[in-house]
Parts: sequence; structure tokens; C-alpha cells
Amino acid sequence: MRELPKVQTPYVDRAQQHEAGIMGMHIFLASEIMLFGGIFMAIAVIRQAHSQEVVEYSKELHYYLGAINTMLLLTSSFLVAAAVHMSRHARRKAVLALLVSAAFLGLLFLGLKGFEYWSEFQEGRLPVAGGMEKINSAPGRLFLNLYLVSTSLHAVHLTIGVIALLVVAGRIYTRRSALPQRSVVVETTAAYWHLVDIIWIFLYPLLYLAR
Amino acid sequence: MNDFASAWPDAASAYASNVDLLALFFMALVVILSAPVFILMVVFATKYRRGKNADRTEPINRNMWVEVSWAVVPFLLILFFYGWATSLFIVHASPPSDALEIKAVGKQWMWKFQHAGGQREINELHVPVGKDVKVVLASQDVIHSLYIPALRIKQDAVPGRYTELWFNAEKPGTYWLACAEFCGTDHSAMTGKFIALRPADYSRWLAENGSDGSLAAEGEKLFVSSGCSGCHSPDAKVHAPSLAGLYGRPVPLENGDVVTADDQYIRDSILLPQSQIAAGYPHIMPTFENILSEEDVLKLVAYVKSLAKASEENLP
Amino acid sequence: MSSVTNHDERPNPDNLDDPGLSETKTERVSYLRAGHTLRSWLFTTDHKRVALLYMMSITFFFFIGGIAAAFVRADLLTPSADLMTNEGYNRAFTLHGVIMVWFFLIPSIPNTFGNFLIPLMIGARDLAFPRLNLLSWYIFILGGIFTLFVLILGGVDTGWTFYTPLSSMYANGNVVLVATAVFIVGFSSILTGLNFIVTIHKLRAPGMTWGRLPLFIWSHYATSVILVLATPVLSVTLALIAAERLFGLGIFNPELGGDPLLFQHLFWFYSHPAVYIMVLPALGVVSELVAAAARKPVFGYKFVAGSSIAIAVIGFLVWGHHMFVSGQSIYASAVFSFLSLVVAVPSGIKIYNWTATLYKGDISLDPPFLFAMGFIGLFVVGGLTGLAVAMLAIDVHLHDTYFVVAHFHYIMVGGTVSAYFGALHFWWPKIVGRLYSVVWGRLSAMFIFIGFNFTFFPQFILGYEGMPRRYHVYPEQFQVLHDMSSIGASILGIAYLMPAVYLYYSLRYGQPAGNNPWNVTGLEWTIPSPPPKHNFDEIPTVDGPPYNYPVRKEAKHA
Ligand code: HEA
Ligand code: HEA
Ligand code: HEC
Ligand code: CUA
Ligand SMILES: [Cu+2]
Repeated sequence: MRELPKVQTPYVDRAQQHEAGIMGMHIFLASEIMLFGGIFMAIAVIRQAHSQEVVEYSKELHYYLGAINTMLLLTSSFLVAAAVHMSRHARRKAVLALLVSAAFLGLLFLGLKGFEYWSEFQEGRLPVAGGMEKINSAPGRLFLNLYLVSTSLHAVHLTIGVIALLVVAGRIYTRRSALPQRSVVVETTAAYWHLVDIIWIFLYPLLYLAR
Repeated sequence: MNDFASAWPDAASAYASNVDLLALFFMALVVILSAPVFILMVVFATKYRRGKNADRTEPINRNMWVEVSWAVVPFLLILFFYGWATSLFIVHASPPSDALEIKAVGKQWMWKFQHAGGQREINELHVPVGKDVKVVLASQDVIHSLYIPALRIKQDAVPGRYTELWFNAEKPGTYWLACAEFCGTDHSAMTGKFIALRPADYSRWLAENGSDGSLAAEGEKLFVSSGCSGCHSPDAKVHAPSLAGLYGRPVPLENGDVVTADDQYIRDSILLPQSQIAAGYPHIMPTFENILSEEDVLKLVAYVKSLAKASEENLP
Repeated sequence: MSSVTNHDERPNPDNLDDPGLSETKTERVSYLRAGHTLRSWLFTTDHKRVALLYMMSITFFFFIGGIAAAFVRADLLTPSADLMTNEGYNRAFTLHGVIMVWFFLIPSIPNTFGNFLIPLMIGARDLAFPRLNLLSWYIFILGGIFTLFVLILGGVDTGWTFYTPLSSMYANGNVVLVATAVFIVGFSSILTGLNFIVTIHKLRAPGMTWGRLPLFIWSHYATSVILVLATPVLSVTLALIAAERLFGLGIFNPELGGDPLLFQHLFWFYSHPAVYIMVLPALGVVSELVAAAARKPVFGYKFVAGSSIAIAVIGFLVWGHHMFVSGQSIYASAVFSFLSLVVAVPSGIKIYNWTATLYKGDISLDPPFLFAMGFIGLFVVGGLTGLAVAMLAIDVHLHDTYFVVAHFHYIMVGGTVSAYFGALHFWWPKIVGRLYSVVWGRLSAMFIFIGFNFTFFPQFILGYEGMPRRYHVYPEQFQVLHDMSSIGASILGIAYLMPAVYLYYSLRYGQPAGNNPWNVTGLEWTIPSPPPKHNFDEIPTVDGPPYNYPVRKEAKHA
């Protein structure tokens, strides 16, 4: 067993350090919400201005793929929450299993999202070069642009989340992060994961079910 | 040095004088609110200067009521100005319905004006004094802002929509007109003259600058040459709505909304036909976005507007 | 300034070969000497050193921005285009605005004095996340390098406001690069804000309750909330602009069904709160300076503390007052105008409470207080003229004229920059451990005040006469006032250079400052100057309110 981590400079004890870490993460998440908030505003304004086209093009999105993805993320969030609980009780193996399977679900999500982009491209509905024969109105294209921007920004966040989950799992596996003392890393990563999940919960209806 | 009179800029309308009055009283308020701070600061800094003998006993550190009062009293004072300024603004934002209408198009870096009779001018705007005049603004590229300091008014010209500005100039004369919104390289060269003429002079000016036809007449020509009439004339084979009597009427849309057919609606119908489809018609009208210029569109709008009271037969 | 007792040797300032005061004992164990290598500075996680890194960087950017201002003012000496081309002029004021706002004013007080003082004032050994703090400086520098790069490439000509569709489709400068630079520097802001909030929540010394926090801390807390919540909106907006330019996204382009006004809403949703990022820290500084100068607690501590929070919160609701003539609905305009008046109330509370603080004070006229007085005067003028442009009918005339330029320079330059200099003169002895010449300090405070008014007061008149802003060529009738302004700017520019000289001189020849040269309260004054690396040998316990100066009970008779 490695030595327990020392308390770092500005802190007097581990509890204080733990709380600071969690609080820092929450504040960061608040700023992430504001970031996506800007995009949500943009989608809302475009929808308001061109409801007809937006509805028309939204109907063409593969809402069932989106629904499956929603399920995947909800399940993974559940797993991650369980991992937090287990980490407080130093159930190392369980934590590892939960984190890795949540990461796996995240990868599945990304795979499915990729497939979705690919099929949209085939159908000529993805606003990238060579993939937009079927897009023939400007506001419709604008809506799909926003669709692409917001979902890919979300996918980037999710990718970071997957990497973070795996890194944390790795540290726990190699015992560089001892449990339960360092359960804070599981908690902050979980908080981030939940946020990415919640953002999707808003994106999904806004984009796919806007009709 | 300039004499003081010229430091206060010309006011060419009653509205402008009202704004001046408001501004003047507001400056008085600024003095009233700030003078106590300046005076007391200097007085205290002298009286209680360190090392100076003064009565410093029992200083107070808080007094809720005093604090609340100096938060609330200035607020109430200023609330009065809020009411004044806002009511003046509402006047400015509500053009009378019978105002003489002039179209303006902002374009990097010039102002183009068109009078109802079709007279055109660039960077000069001739208007009659004593008449309500409404300028409908459009922009061909970026945001500009028509600013006439002597009238104390300005309004942005925003691409993609129409905005309006109205005034009633009282003092004949030549004034400065400028673009106030930064619009690129020659922003500061986008200036011109605002010329207020006596009604008789204005009529003479209109006659001297007579054009080949009124705006609406030019719009009618465009209506044929751009192919609108192919669909919209009564004998067209296509199922398209008649535009006679359309202007000002409520139009039911396919998605269930009802909108009023105003300038903006007609403009959008021409440039973004897919965004508001009239209920019961096919989605076949093409966009004229890259075919017609802002000025052409203004002419077409004027034409459609002139059909407000027309019947089917008058259509070409 | 109280006399100094604990110096060891006397240097001879007239002898240029004299190496100055040799190191004092406290200096030898201070954070300044804890490591001499460049590495020890570039990889430091000590909040005090990071603060100094920031101080040097923003001073650099202040000069770059100031030189751009000098070009602008020189060009406006004549009504015609002589010094620069139209394009060149537009690039000059754009860079001036961009650099001054994002690379100087926003980081100015928080990242230097906030960084240095927050841990000291609340009795902590460092900020909550020291490495994040250093990282935020590197991000800042990265953004700065991008900006300088753009400067070399020729600049941008969109104005600091990047209005669409000019910036997204028509402008031919390096818009994407500048947007990237500002985007990057935004993350630095977010990290700093995050760090401050957590520090203030979690690292207060025992007994340092919320009601005992210095007002400087309160205002930085409010600032941080804005930093964290508003900056991301700017980031996403700039990203959308870049996407618009690079891929034709369309969101701000009416031809593609987008809405140019959406950009203005998003931009001002950030940029109005951002003006409070620029002024709240200054308000905090002035609260400290006024209390210190009067040797009295700030009158109505609770109201002054609460007003910072109120400004931060209400400040999020008034952005539409920049869009009164944009074609926004008149109802929206009326509401935004009203809320702009509401946000003035907490500012007013601060001003009047400071004035009341001076009553029966024991007022010193040392440089920090002169700067604070300058701040109050200029902020009041700037703020009340801000109310003038918040009045709808007045703004229709004054929008985008020099009146607005004057309004914001009164607050940002007259206000915040004065407060910055006030802070510099107040905490300089703490930061470097040496005293500077008080006489020169007083002189430069006066010159800055005079130069400032000379420069910007004429601009109010210009604006009311109808002189639009961002105008390179202008009608001749405006020349006299423009020339006054340019002359004032030269005085101001030189006045700004003065402190550089005597403060530098103090580094070598200044008397050692001792722990508490001003004889004031506050935890930062209980430790040696310059402070040791770990700030406090032992974390202090706080047992009284802030500004706990002795109260005189009986009349002192002459
Ligand atoms: C630090 C920066 C800063 C600060 C603090 C402020 C503070 C305020 N600003 Fe300013 N403003 C800018 C920077 C700032 N502004 C900038 C940069 C622009 C131009 C942007 C651009 O277009 O490039 C601008 C533009 C601007 C406009 C748009 C003008 C236009 O373009 O047409 C408006 C309009 O409402 C406005 C209003 C206000 C108000 C009401 C306040 C208030 O917060 C002021 C409050 C303070 C006081 C009122 C003074 C003290 C109070 C008293 C003495 C008490 C008595 C008063 C009452 C209680 C009512 N500002
Ligand atoms: C945020 C901080 C900030 C600061 C500190 C300043 C400082 C100054 N500003 Fe700035 N200004 C802005 C923010 C700021 N400004 C913004 C946001 C805009 C809007 C931009 C836009 O429209 O997009 C603007 C626009 C602006 C304009 C309007 C341009 C236009 O609309 O056409 C003018 C004109 O006079 C001006 C002047 C000055 C001057 C004279 C100073 C002085 O205070 C500067 C003094 C400092 C120095 C001069 C440097 C130090 C001294 C030297 C290097 C010595 C050598 C110099 C001389 C001897 C002259 N500024
Ligand atoms: C190919 C046929 C076609 C052409 C050409 C055409 N239109 Fe149309 N237009 C339509 C149809 C169909 C509609 C109804 C559906 C809709 O609202 O888009 C319509 C609707 C309109 C409306 C809205 C009418 C209403 O009742 O709401 C206006 C105004 C209009 N057109 C003007 C014009 C003008 C001006 C031109 C020429 C520059 C033009 N159109 C060219 C077919 C056409
Ligand atoms: Cu057009 Cu400025
Ligand atoms: Cu504002």
C-alpha cells in the first residue's frame, strides 16, 4: 500500500481539501451550463423565427437513435452514481467495474452518434461538404448546422468524460488513488459526467422532438 | 473659441427641443446628486485632516434609515425622469400613420433615399418642413445607423428587416447626417446632408428631380420583369395567392399562425418564401434573395402596397 | 506616512554608485527571495508571485493599448485623414479596445491585487488551487501572444464589439484570430473566478466569518461570480462567430435565416456584466482605501458588502440598454432602461456611504487616498452620465457618440485605473517591502486627475453636439474640442509614466516599510513586508470586526 497522500499547501486538513475540490468542480460545471446556455438560446431563437422549417427538418432526424442514446447516458449516469457510493465505502473492485462499464456506455453513445452522422450524410442531410443534397432551405440548413455544432460539442465533452472515467479507473486500479481517502476524484468526475448527461437531456428534446 | 451658442447644437424639430430640455434637466439632476459628494468630500478632507484638531468623538458607523433614504430618494427622483424619457421615446417610436414615406437603404458606404414619387438621391435627404415624415430603413450588407443630430434621433438599419424613423422638421436648413453604427472601412465617410425645405420648395425639388415613375410604378415593372406575374396574375396556371387587397390584411399561415401583411411580411415573402407559407398554397415560390436588391424589394413592396385597395382586374 | 524605525543601514540616494539599501532581514526570508532562478518564477505556485507575473504582463498590455490610444488621439488632431488611413484608424481603436478591456482592465485588479491579497486578507496560505492559478496565467499569456501576433499581422477592424454581420462576413481583418485570443483569455478569467470563490468559501481563517470579511473580499467574491457565469457566454458567442466565418454557419446571417441582433444579445449578455467585472474590484479597493485613510470602519458595512452582490446580480439583467436603437422591441427597451436605474442604487449606496465614512475621520492625504478621491469623483460623473444614456430618449440621440466614449472612460479609466493606481500605492510597501516618495505619489495622483479630465470632459460636449464615435474624419466644427482632448491625453500619458519612475527608484533606495507603514488594520498588515513565502507562520484567529480602529469617546480639547 502506498503512503496516504499528504494534505496540500493551502489546506489544514483533508476534509477541507475534499470540500474545496468538490466545490471547484461544481463551479466549473456552472460555467459549462452557461456555455451550453448560449447555444440553447441560439436554437430557441432560430426555432422561434422559422418554426416551420425547424419542425420539418427536425422530423427528419433519427429520433429513435437519439432515444437509445438517451437511455445509454441515463444508465451510465446511474452506474457512475453507484461508483461514487461504492468509493466512499472503499469497494475498489465494484468502483472499477462501475466506472469501466459507464465509460463503455459512453463509447457506445459515441459510436451510435457517429453512425447517426454517417447515415445522415448518406441521406444528404448533414450540413457538411458533400452531405447536403437534401437540404434546400436556408433556415433548414441553419437548424441542421446548429444541430451539428451542439451535438458535436456535446460529443467532445462526452469524450473528455470517457477519458476522465478511464483515467480515474486507472489510478484506482494502480492504487495511485487510494479509497476511500481519494474518493473525491470519483466524485468530481461523476459530477462532470452527470452534467454531460443533463446537457443531452436538454439537447435531445430541443433538437429531435421539436415538432 | 466658438461662442457658446454654437456649442449647443441646432435643434430642428420640436422633438429635438424636448430632448434638449430633458437632457438639461437631467444634467441638473446629475449636479444635485453629485454635488453633495464632492462638497462633503472636500469639506471632510479639510476639516478632519490628519493631525488637525477637530471633534472626532462618537463617530457613527451605521444608520439604516439614513442609508435607505439615500438609496431611495435619488431613485424616486430619477424615476420621474424615467417616465419623461420613456414617454418621449414612445413618441419617437410611433410614426403617425399618415406620414410621408421615404425609403432609405444603407450600403457600405452610402445612404440611398427614394421618395414616394420615385425621386432618388444619394447621401442627401430632402424633406418638407412641417410634415410628418417617416423613413423606412433597410440595409444591403451590414448594420448602419441613420443619425441626424439636429433632430436628436437615430435608428439602426439592420439587414434582413425593416426599421423606421420619423420626425417633423420645423426649421428649414441644411444639417448634418451621418452613419452612427460602425460599418467598416469608410464608416466615417458615410455622411451626408439633411435638407429641410419649405413645402413649396420641396414640391419644386421633387418636380425638378422628377423620375420616370413612382416607386409603385417601378415596382409594377419589376413585378412583370422578375416573373412574379407569372404566378400571381389572375390568369396564371399556378395556384398562387392574389396580391390584390393583401396589404394590411391578416393572413392565415400553414402552421396555424395569423400574421398581418405589413412591409416586413411582404419582404420576407419575397426573400424567404419558405418561412411563412400562406395556408392552402403549395411551397413553390422561389426565393429572390440573390436576384433582387434591397431597393428592388422596396419597390415591389411599394407596388404590393399600392394594391391594397385594388381588385383582381388591375393586376397585370 | 508613519516614520520607519526598523531599518538597518542608510543609503545615500545622491550617490549613483551606492547599491541602495542592502537586503533587510525580512527581505531575505520573503517570497521574493525564495528562489532566484527564472524557473522559480515561471513554475511558481505562490499566489504572490503569480500576482507579480500578472502585474508585469498587464502593465505591458496597458502600454500597448495606450500606444494605440496615442495613435487614435494623434490622428484626431485634425478633421481629415492624415496620419492613418481609414482602415488603419479602425484597426487602431479596435486593438485599443480589445487590449484594454480583455488584456488589461478585466485582469487588472483581480489578478494582481486580488491574487496577492485574498489569501493574506482571509488568513490563508495560498489560493485554493495554486496550480490552477499558475495555469490561468499561462492561458492569459497564450491569449496575449495571439493578440500580439494579430497586431503584427495587421490587426482587425470590427471594434471591440464584433458586431455581426460586419465581423462575420464583411470585415477583412484577422477576426478569427482575435476571437480565438479573447476566447482563450476567457478561460483564464473563469479559472481565476473559480479559484477565488472556492478560496473565499473554504479557506477563511478561524473566526473570519462572512460578516468580518474585508470589503475588498466581498467585491472580489461578486466579481468572481460574474467571471464564472458570464465569460462562457462570450466564449460560445465568439466560437459561433468563428464558425460563421469559417464554415458559413449562418446563425447571425439574415440571408441564411439567421439573426444579427442575436449576436448583440449574446455579446452584451456577457459584456454588460463584464463592465462590473471591471469596476467591482475597484469599488472594493476604494472601500479599503477610504477606511484606511479615515482610520474608521466603513460606514454601513453591511450595505456596502451587500451592494456588491446586488450589482453583480442585477447587472445580469440590463444588457439590452446597449440596443435601444437596434430595432429591439420598445417594451424590451423600456424594461432594460428601468433595470439600468435599479442597478444604480447599490452603486449610489457605496458612494454615499464612503462620503459618510469620512465624517469625523482622521483623514490622511497620502497618495492612496488621493487616488481614491479621484476615483470617487470620476466614477460619480461616469455613473451618472451612464444613467443619462440609460434614459431612452436621451440615448437615441447619444448612442454611438463621443458621449458614450466619455461615459465609459470616466468609469473605466477615471475610475478603475485610478483605483488600480491607488491600490498600487497602498500595497506597494507590502508587496516589495520598501517605501516610495509620498510627494511624488501625490503629484502623480494630481496629474493623472487633471490630465484625465482634460482628455475626456470635452468628449461629453462633442457627443452631445453629435460627433459619432469610431469616426476617423469628422466635420471641422468639432476640431477644437478634439484638440483639447488630444492635449489632455498627452498629459495623461506622461502622468501615467511617473509612478514607474519613483516606484522603481523605491526598489533600490526606498526605506524598508516595516509590517504596517500606514498603521492600519487588516491581516495583511500583521505580517512582515514583503511577506514570507507561506504568508503566516501560524494561521491567525480572528476575533473582531474589520476596520476595528479605536473609537475616541471624549472630545479632545485644544
Ligand atoms: C467599468 C465599466 C462600466 C460601468 C461600471 C458602467 C456603468 C453603467 N453604465 Fe455603462 N458602458 C460601459 C462601461 C461601463 N458602464 C462601456 C464600455 C460602454 C460602451 C460599450 C460600447 O458600446 O463600446 C457603456 C455603455 C453604456 C450604455 C449604452 C450607451 C450607448 O451605447 O448608447 C448605457 C445605457 O444605458 C450605460 C449605462 C450604464 C449605467 C446605468 C451604469 C451604472 O452601473 C452606473 C452606476 C453608478 C452611478 C449611478 C453613480 C453613483 C451613484 C450615485 C451618486 C447615486 C445617485 C444615483 C441613483 C441612486 C439613481 N452604459
Ligand atoms: C478599458 C480600458 C481603457 C483604457 C485604459 C483606455 C484609455 C484611453 N482611451 Fe480608450 N477605449 C476603450 C477602453 C479604454 N481606453 C474602449 C473599450 C474603447 C472602444 C473601442 C471601440 O470603439 O471598439 C475605447 C475607445 C477610445 C476612443 C474612441 C475612438 C473612436 O471611437 O474613434 C478614444 C478617443 O479618444 C480613446 C482614448 C483613450 C485615451 C486617450 C486613453 C488614455 O487613458 C490612455 C493613456 C495611456 C497611455 C497614453 C499609455 C502610457 C503612456 C505612454 C506610452 C507614453 C507615450 C504617450 C504619450 C506621450 C501620448 N479610447
Ligand atoms: C413559381 C411561382 C411564384 C413566383 C414566380 C412568385 N410567387 Fe409569390 N407566391 C407563390 C405562391 C404559391 C405563394 C403562396 C405560398 C407562400 O406563401 O409561399 C406565394 C406568396 C406570395 C406572397 C404572400 C401572399 C400571401 O397571401 O400571403 C407575396 C407577397 C408574394 N408571393 C409576392 C411575390 C413577388 C413580389 C414575386 C416576384 C418577385 C413572386 N411572389 C413570385 C408563387 C410564386
Ligand atoms: Cu454605415 Cu457606419
Ligand atoms: Cu451596459
